Amino acid sequence: MKKSIIKVDPVKSFNDRRRFLKLGGMGIVGVGLLVACSNDDNGDDGMMPPPDGIFDLGEGDLGVLNYAYALEQLEADFYTKVVNSFYSGISDEERQVLTDLYNHEVNHREFFKTAITAAVGSSTELILPTLEFDYGNLDFGNREQVLNTARTLEDTGVAAYNGAGRLIQDPGYLLLAGKIVSVEARHASAIRTLINPGSADFAGDDIVTVDTGLDLAMDPSDIIAAVGATGFIKTQFTANNLP
Amino acid sequence: MSIIKFLDEFTTETLLEGRSSRREIFGTLGSLSKKAAMAAIPFGLATMPKKAFAQQMTEADPVGALQLALTLEYLEDEFYDLALQSGVLPSGRPETVYMQISKHEQAHVDFLIAGLEGAGVTPVSKPTFDFTVGGMFDPFNDNGIGADTAYAQLLALAQAFEDTGVRAYKGQAGNLLGSPFLTAALQIHSVEARHASEIRRLRGLKGWITNNERGTGMPEATQAVYNGEENITQGGLDVTSLGSGSPFGMEAATEAYDEALTGDEAVAIASLFIVAEE
Repeated sequence: MKKSIIKVDPVKSFNDRRRFLKLGGMGIVGVGLLVACSNDDNGDDGMMPPPDGIFDLGEGDLGVLNYAYALEQLEADFYTKVVNSFYSGISDEERQVLTDLYNHEVNHREFFKTAITAAVGSSTELILPTLEFDYGNLDFGNREQVLNTARTLEDTGVAAYNGAGRLIQDPGYLLLAGKIVSVEARHASAIRTLINPGSADFAGDDIVTVDTGLDLAMDPSDIIAAVGATGFIKTQFTANNLP
Repeated sequence: MSIIKFLDEFTTETLLEGRSSRREIFGTLGSLSKKAAMAAIPFGLATMPKKAFAQQMTEADPVGALQLALTLEYLEDEFYDLALQSGVLPSGRPETVYMQISKHEQAHVDFLIAGLEGAGVTPVSKPTFDFTVGGMFDPFNDNGIGADTAYAQLLALAQAFEDTGVRAYKGQAGNLLGSPFLTAALQIHSVEARHASEIRRLRGLKGWITNNERGTGMPEATQAVYNGEENITQGGLDVTSLGSGSPFGMEAATEAYDEALTGDEAVAIASLFIVAEE
């Protein structure tokens, strides 16, 4: 069973975030996700049917909401584990930051759950189920592994929301995504400075393109492939109707 | 109290006796906030510059959005350039942080100009900025206020500019819906948020905004940057009521969502630092 590359050597593999995000492009797909994204060119042909019994995120704004809900579930679950057993020797500042991140991400998760539930009405089968997670060999007692994983999740969240903005049709949902993505970026900045104090890493050249000053923006298929490659998400789902 | 009087107090040399530590400076600015509360001249109520671009910037369309963005980027770019040239910034983390941010703001200016020109639109010209606001601030220590006070002002202004930038870009997203510029604007927006978090943390604050608190040491005049951040209704839902425990308290529920500024609100904040042309 191919878990993720991070389960072989979590710290090293997370040290290069770009490499992590590019795993999807290299065709590495985690066991937890079935990734078979279409390129969204099928327009109004209707949604591609999911494989038997596998949840598909859906199309349009609902698909984006479910996609965000999946990412927020992962972040919230990760920080829940972090705050329930802080690594030893944690500083007051780190404890404060990680506790805040836990609070924010749990709020985001419950927001999407409630918003999607309200949006689909009686069609509750369209709501992404509660996902199960497995962090494999990730050592929550290891500061470096916890902070590096947090950095990856936050940077990935920023790239995901930035890339999803153009897929949103409703201005209200676009504004909501904007309200959340800047908080994810604030998180990423803080975590990066905890990892490398006094550096320019808060908006480092590894993540912000130097000549344009632009952060990353990635399509759902690339994000899901990268997240899938971690093996963190056990519950299978597809994003066949998102680019 | 007039704004001139307020700003005069904000920069009065006698506020600092001798050489203070950074913590003491922030304390001084904190007590200043109380005086500022009486002054009640927030950033957002500054006189609008009599310039045509102020109208063009607040058009609710993609061009208006980008022109507003460019104006804010001009402001930030010049501010960080002057800050780095001032000799006020301590070496080490502050200088490193300002250099990185300066690099991005300049790239944003170039990027937005190229984008507007590529779309066949003439970019707004760079306004004349006055970060001393008529000589009442002295963030670059040009008038001898002293490096410690100047540095405290540099940090406070940077926080206000970055937090404003985040809110302003967010407010323009809707105007860019369906436009090819939306994604790039979002990519700038999140960089501004990374900057804001770092500047706030450099000042000893959290990287995120709690309730509508401008934070210790920020003058009352900057409160317009934070008004509305106490919102807890997102998409029609009260996000303090989605569950129980700390994630649903007021602090977490307001920190977890940044709020937008309208174009008019953003222009009003920026205008304090723009020299009106006759």
